[in-house]
Amino acid sequence: MTNDHDRPDAIVSVRGLRTHYVDRQWWFQRLRGRQPAAVRAVDGVDLDIRRGEVVCLVGESGSGKTTLGRAILRLAPATHGQIFFEGRDITGLRGAEFRRLRPKMQMIFQDPHGSLSPRLRVSDLLTEPYRIHDVPADQRYSVAELLEMVELSATLAEKYPHELSGGQARRIGIARALSLHPDFLVADEPTAGLDVSAAAKILSLMRSLRASHGLTYLVITHNLRIVDYLADRLAVMYLGRVAEIGPAEQVLDAPAHPYTRALLDSVSEPDPHRRQGRRRLLLPGEIPSPKNPPSGCSFHPRCRFAEAVCREVPPLAEVDSRHLASCHLSSKIRAAGTPV
Amino acid sequence: MTIAPAPDRVPPTSAGLRPLLGRLVRRPAGAFGVAVVAALLLVAVFAPHVVPYDGATQDIPNRLQGPSGSHLLGTDGLGRDLLSRILLGVRIELAVALPAVCTSLVLGLLLGLVAGYRGGWVDNAVVVFMDTIQAFPSVVLALVLVAVLGPSLTNLVIVVAITFAPQSARVTRASVLALRQSPFIEAERALGAGTLRIIGVHVLPNVIAPLFILLAMNIPSAITVEAGLSFLGMGVQPPTPSWGVILSEGFADVYEAPWAVLWTALALVLTTIGFTTLGETLRDVSDPRLSGAKGLRYDR
Repeated sequence: MTNDHDRPDAIVSVRGLRTHYVDRQWWFQRLRGRQPAAVRAVDGVDLDIRRGEVVCLVGESGSGKTTLGRAILRLAPATHGQIFFEGRDITGLRGAEFRRLRPKMQMIFQDPHGSLSPRLRVSDLLTEPYRIHDVPADQRYSVAELLEMVELSATLAEKYPHELSGGQARRIGIARALSLHPDFLVADEPTAGLDVSAAAKILSLMRSLRASHGLTYLVITHNLRIVDYLADRLAVMYLGRVAEIGPAEQVLDAPAHPYTRALLDSVSEPDPHRRQGRRRLLLPGEIPSPKNPPSGCSFHPRCRFAEAVCREVPPLAEVDSRHLASCHLSSKIRAAGTPV
Repeated sequence: MTIAPAPDRVPPTSAGLRPLLGRLVRRPAGAFGVAVVAALLLVAVFAPHVVPYDGATQDIPNRLQGPSGSHLLGTDGLGRDLLSRILLGVRIELAVALPAVCTSLVLGLLLGLVAGYRGGWVDNAVVVFMDTIQAFPSVVLALVLVAVLGPSLTNLVIVVAITFAPQSARVTRASVLALRQSPFIEAERALGAGTLRIIGVHVLPNVIAPLFILLAMNIPSAITVEAGLSFLGMGVQPPTPSWGVILSEGFADVYEAPWAVLWTALALVLTTIGFTTLGETLRDVSDPRLSGAKGLRYDR
């Protein structure tokens, strides 16, 4: 396996990560002699993110991509498996011990306004991380510097979150995340709720910040245009597992998993010439419940190519150098032609 | 990457309350509420010095008189001046209602914060406890508690505080439950904030606004409970001129001279309206999203 396992340059490594949410009344199910049902939001993920790279995580709603991102930052519980940060196992770290690591790993949240404490002014929001961690004055950015970093006017310092536009609120969220000099950023739908031009500016800002601050990103999105623009590597998630992972260009050009193909095909093509002669593979139905995933390959009920062999759970196997897919028929799928 | 000292903060505003008051009196309802409550507070402080009679001296020949030049609101069954007694009563009412309601708010706030934020069995326990208290009509519960503790001013305060705590606990818990799920709380956790900081700095300011209105609304309710208990002889004891005592004594002669009951009831109504309008306006102006102006400033 070459999922960049045990690479010394991995900033974040995830091994066999599962996040299962058990029913609150699980003890009653036990009493009745039944296996309590669990929602398997993340169901066994291995992932390595190398320092300086941008990994995009895509998948439908309910595929577990946000939960995975939150679990890496320990905002969602890891019920099984391990999370390593800079080679250190952080899965079991508790309380203050873990909080000391927080500055190095930050998150940009999906809801630009909702993630800002509504009664604090921008200046207080941006200095809040310093008060939390008691950062000495000489190691702090000033509010003006932080605002400048995200290309905002210093006059915003006295505003309240509800007085900001979506793009401004998003930038404040980024500035707050950057205030503690993080190495690793999880960005959950960084363009959610923004219009096209604001979204484009945020993406270019993220790209330039990555260069100037030496950041590593895990970008969670369902927007393949973001992938195109930012990603070095692309991981496709389906029902809590990685269906396919590899260098972004390779995955986009020659997807090896039928689910990836269907995702790519679902993007509308504005150019009518390119649209012609293109066979679109559209997904029937909806993503199954993570409470009761299908047996064998969890994608088989929606897969056009499914065969008898798909009754077995497929391993995440190499299809090309550094390109892995969890499909028995991946070579066949790739031969069937490029989607776009 | 330049590193600079922290920005100069705007000097901490001890005047955090002043702009609030300013915005309050700019609204007619707020001005009315502030006026009534301020008047009550002034009366409570200065009544002993300004009342025409001491409210205790009996004057049997002049009993049950209507309003006149010498007794503006008339006299009660023992010939005592009603105006003096009602004004002196304000002090008793506030001495019971203010500490009682404040205690109930703090109690309810703490319970609500813990229950809402912690969740799980703690939440269940608090909710069941609160439901049990609220299952009793407040006067009945207060009666039982007074019967156990004995009638005195201090016990009255304790009883009213316990009776009223579930309300504020519920209000707080409901807001905390909604807040706990909000993204900015998770954002604070991601920044590394501890539970105490999250509750103190980010949850508390967002759940306190509804408690303002509860504070103002519950003061008249507390006065009513006091009056009810005193009326039944379980609260403030005669001859102390609490409104409950005045009402209770006035009812004996209500057909001959309704004055005592009438004036005391009017005082109760005015107090209730005053505190309620104050509470509602306070709620509106304290929320920056509702008022579109500056909110409570947070300084460290």
